[in-house]
This record gives sequence, structure tokens and C-alpha cells, in this order.
Amino acid sequence: MTAIQDDRSGAVAVSADAGVETPFRRFLSDYRESPVAVVGAVTVGVIALIALLGPWIAPTDPYDLATVSILDSRLEPGEAMMSGTTAWLGTDGLGRDMLSAMIYGLRISLGVGIGSGLIAMLIGCSLGLVAAYYGGRADTLIMRVVDIQLSFPAILVALILLAVLGKGIDKIIVSLVVVQWAYYARTIRGSALVERRKEYVEAAASLALGDRRVLFRHLLPNCMAPIIVVVTVQTAHAISLEATLSFLGLGLPQTEPSLGLLISNGFEYIMSGSYWISTFPGIALLVTIVSINLVGDRLRDVLNPRLQK
Amino acid sequence: MTVFIIRRLMQAILVVLVMSFLVFAGVFVVGDPTQILVADDADQAERARVIADLGLDRPFHEQYLKFLGGALSGNLGESFRFNEPALGLILERLPATLELAVVALAIAVLFGIPLGTWAGLRPDSIVSKTIMTGSILGFSLPTFWVGIMMILLFAVVLGWLPSTGRSDEITTVLGFPTTLLSADGWSHILLPAVNLALFKLSLVTRLARAGAREVVHQDYIKFARAKGLSESRVILVHVMKNILIPVVTVLGLEFGGLVAFSVVTETVFAWPGIGKLLIESIGFLDRPVIVAYLMIIVLIFVFLNLMVDIAYSFLDPRVRLQDMKS
Repeated sequence: MTAIQDDRSGAVAVSADAGVETPFRRFLSDYRESPVAVVGAVTVGVIALIALLGPWIAPTDPYDLATVSILDSRLEPGEAMMSGTTAWLGTDGLGRDMLSAMIYGLRISLGVGIGSGLIAMLIGCSLGLVAAYYGGRADTLIMRVVDIQLSFPAILVALILLAVLGKGIDKIIVSLVVVQWAYYARTIRGSALVERRKEYVEAAASLALGDRRVLFRHLLPNCMAPIIVVVTVQTAHAISLEATLSFLGLGLPQTEPSLGLLISNGFEYIMSGSYWISTFPGIALLVTIVSINLVGDRLRDVLNPRLQK
Repeated sequence: MTVFIIRRLMQAILVVLVMSFLVFAGVFVVGDPTQILVADDADQAERARVIADLGLDRPFHEQYLKFLGGALSGNLGESFRFNEPALGLILERLPATLELAVVALAIAVLFGIPLGTWAGLRPDSIVSKTIMTGSILGFSLPTFWVGIMMILLFAVVLGWLPSTGRSDEITTVLGFPTTLLSADGWSHILLPAVNLALFKLSLVTRLARAGAREVVHQDYIKFARAKGLSESRVILVHVMKNILIPVVTVLGLEFGGLVAFSVVTETVFAWPGIGKLLIESIGFLDRPVIVAYLMIIVLIFVFLNLMVDIAYSFLDPRVRLQDMKS
């Protein structure tokens, strides 16, 4: 076990040294072989940056009632608003600049998607590790629940929960966590079952280390590769699901408009030809999901030991 | 074999029971439907009368047992909103949803299998790469947004197809009311069905591609070629047949997913099926309808899963043996 840890810290230390092949560097050069995936990764970075810097780069504050004017409602893309600012992507039915609303919406969509993903990962990984390490009844019970839950589509589980819980950002996070945890549990159990039989786990156990330490310090780090792939795929899925639920009127309240809710708000103006209110937030949503999926697709190939040369 | 089926059946019944409890308990704690049902100016006596009428004043376990007893005899309560049996409301709208799901499934299979086979037989051609990139797009596109864009393009800009709703020209075939026998019916169902099919189309394409790549290297394909069969016969008969096995299995399971996902498509296209009814009922806190919808869907799923399990145990004895051991 110490050998493995040494190997790890060694990898980090020498990665600054040019010319030496390290696991991380090998990973990077493998990843770069697919230009599409590199574009995906860069796009994800740009989107994350926009979301982080949102309030500082948005042209207007779409939720500041003092500056939003109903006279600006449904301006076409490129028209100037009363305040003199150009609405490059038009304005919505309440006179809010679409570009600014989208940047704020992106923050909420990403926040909900990533937040719920992280909580689901914590819960799912803990339960999956426990199931794999202890086996027996704990394993049967946890995996039965996982099996039953995964036999229903995610949207149905989320619909049931939201029908029960009601609206709100906390409730949608709870339902997204419930929808996602089972994927993490199943994935990590699969790899932990293999890792558990290896010698370093036996060594750690024979040093009389506590169960928790063996689980989280020894087993968990060696099961991370498939989890990283699941994280990307599930985050994209969660963002899409949140948008869908918000569109159905079951997700976020009007006071916290995510991209999905912006699309939903624009839906009522589609028939009268105000295409931009639904179209642009949708494109933003699509670009976000596709680029995360491209990264995930590539990670799956690069991190899969069976495909490695 | 019989033991296996009985065990699975018991499990299925247990799942339905647990789900019925969870759904009922969950929906029971949601908001207060009397706020909507009782007029604002009603007095205390009037309120109490409505609550007693609906059985909302009794303790939880009594309501649940009453619900369970009713459910077993096909009575899932009366809709607060329509004052009609909830089950009847669902069954009335079920044909519209099934029609949509069947057409969507047909689109997914009819386009997905040829596209996937093509991509599998010529993995390096540009067309194949386009097909595969397209399938990633199909997985990523949010269904509801694509639906809105389809309405925008085909109904608003081009004006080719009606934007929403289902045709009124309903004919009953073998007891199943359908709009598929009229041109008007097809013009209404085309957009929502394609919308619903997109996700499954990507799935079928990928399955067919994976299948084709595996099958072409098998000995029986080489043998068929060696016999001097024409290339089209090799592909249409020998390759296709063997791709179909995994595709059909997955589709059996995915049909339930189509019915569940039609909630989104039906809301976008105002398709009068059970999904739209569910969303409206959630808005109105119409508990009996929500519970009835969820129970019907759970039943459909448990039934499909059970069928697939049993079919598998016939095809692959290992599944059966493994289950016996655990």
C-alpha cells in the first residue's frame, strides 16, 4: 500500500520535470489525440468561466426591476433597448435582455447540475463502497434498491418526486440526487469488487487500519477512473433533466430562471414569431450538454484500461 | 423454471405494493387540495362537508387501506377536478399515448437499424462518422427544446404541419381508437412522434452499429460470402437477422421509457394523452389522478421487466441458475 502511495506522490512531483512520462501526462497526450474532444474540453472551460464571472460580464442585470422596462419587451436581436444597450440576442416578454438572462440562467443550470451531481456522487460512492466491501446483506439490500430504481426511467422517478415534494431549487436538487446516486453506486461497486481482492487492501486490513480508512483512503482512490466518466455523463444528464422539469413547470420557480425555464417562457411567443426567446437559451443548453458529453465520451476511451495500448 | 417464474412474480407484486405505498404516502403529504376545491367564500361547515366527502379527514392508514382495497377492484378514486373515476380518465387517454409511442418506436426502428448497420459495415466512411456524431447529438438534445424548434420550423415558418393537438378523425380498429387511418391523423402525429423518437433512434443506431461490427467478422458471414451469395442478401438476411436480437430485447424495455417520456412531448405538442393529463393534475393537486397515473405506469414497467426476465431465462439458463443461488 505504501508503494502505491509513493508512486502517487512521485507522479505529482516529477510531472513538472519535462520529458518524463507520467500517468497524468500520458493521459493528456491520449486525450489530445481526438481534436473534437479537445474542442469539447475548451468549450466546457469557456462555459464554466462565463458562469463563474456571470454578474461581471452580463451587459445588464436582468433581475434589477429598476432597469428592466416593459417597453423593451420582445425586441428583435440587435435592437437597442431604452437604456441604450444593444440587445444582441433580443429581449423576452418582460423586456429583459436575453443575453444577460441566459448568462444568469447558465449559472443556475450549472449550479443545480453540478451541485446535485456532487451530492449524488458522495452518497452513491459511499453506499457502493460499503456494498462491495462488506458484501452479504448490506450488498443485497443496496443493490436491490439500485436495480429497482434503475429499472424506471430517470424522468419518471424525478416526476414522482417533484409531484410529491413540490417546486423549489432545494427540491429539484433532492430529486436529481435521488435520480443519480444509483449510477454511482453501481459503477463504484463494480470496480471496488475487483480492487477489494487485491493485495494492497489486504495489507491495509492486516495493518488493523479502520474500515473507514481502508474504504476511503485505499479503495476509493483506486476506483476513481470510472467514476470520473460517470460524473461527466451524469452532470450533462442532470442539466438536461433539470431543464426538462423546469419546462414542465415542476422544477425551478419563476424567480430562479434556469435555461430550461427561459425556453419555457419563450414557448408562448413561438406562434407569434418571436423565435429568439426560446431558440437562444436552447442553443446555450445544447452546446453545454454536447460539450460535456464529448469530454465524457473521450474520457471513457482514455481511462478504460481495456482500450489502452 | 416454474419456481423461477413464481419467484419473479412475487418480487413484481412486492415492487408494485411498495410503490403503491410510496406513491400514496408521498402524494398524501402534498399540499392541501381543499384550497382549490372549496370556494374562497365557503364557510367552515361547507369546508368540513367537502373534506368529509373526499375522505380527507380520516387517518392516513385508513385512507391507504381504502385506496388499496379500491385499487384491487379497479377503483383508484375519483378525480377532484372532473368528478369522474380517475382510472377511467387515464384509460380514456391511454390510446392517444400508446399511438404516439408505437409510431415513435416504429420510426426509431425503421431508421435506426439501416443507419446503424451502414455505420457498422463501413466504420471509417464519412457518412458513418456523420451518423455517429448525429447519434451523440440525438442523446444530447433536450427533447422539449427540439419539439419547440420543430413547431417553429414546420408549423410557424413553413406552415406544412399543424403545430399542436391530435386529429379528430378517430376510427376504432379492433377496439383501439386510432387516428392513423386518416391523412389528417398522420399530419398531426408526425411532429410529436419524430420528437419522441429522436432519443431512441440514437440508441437503436448505436446498438445496430455495435451489432453489425461484431456480426460481419463471424464465420457464418464469411461462409455466406464464400457460397457466392449476393452482398445485398448477405447484409439483408444474414447480418440483419443477427443484429435484431439485442435490438428487440432493448426495445421491449424501452417501450415503457417511451410512454414515460411522452409526458414531455405531449406537453409541448398539446397531445391529449396521459402525460399531459399528469402534468395538469399535478398543477391542480388532483391526487387520485396522479396516483392512478403512477400506478398504471408502475404496472406497465413491472410487467415489461417481468416479461423480459422470463424471456431471458428461456434463452439463457445461466440467468435462472444465478437467481436460484442468490
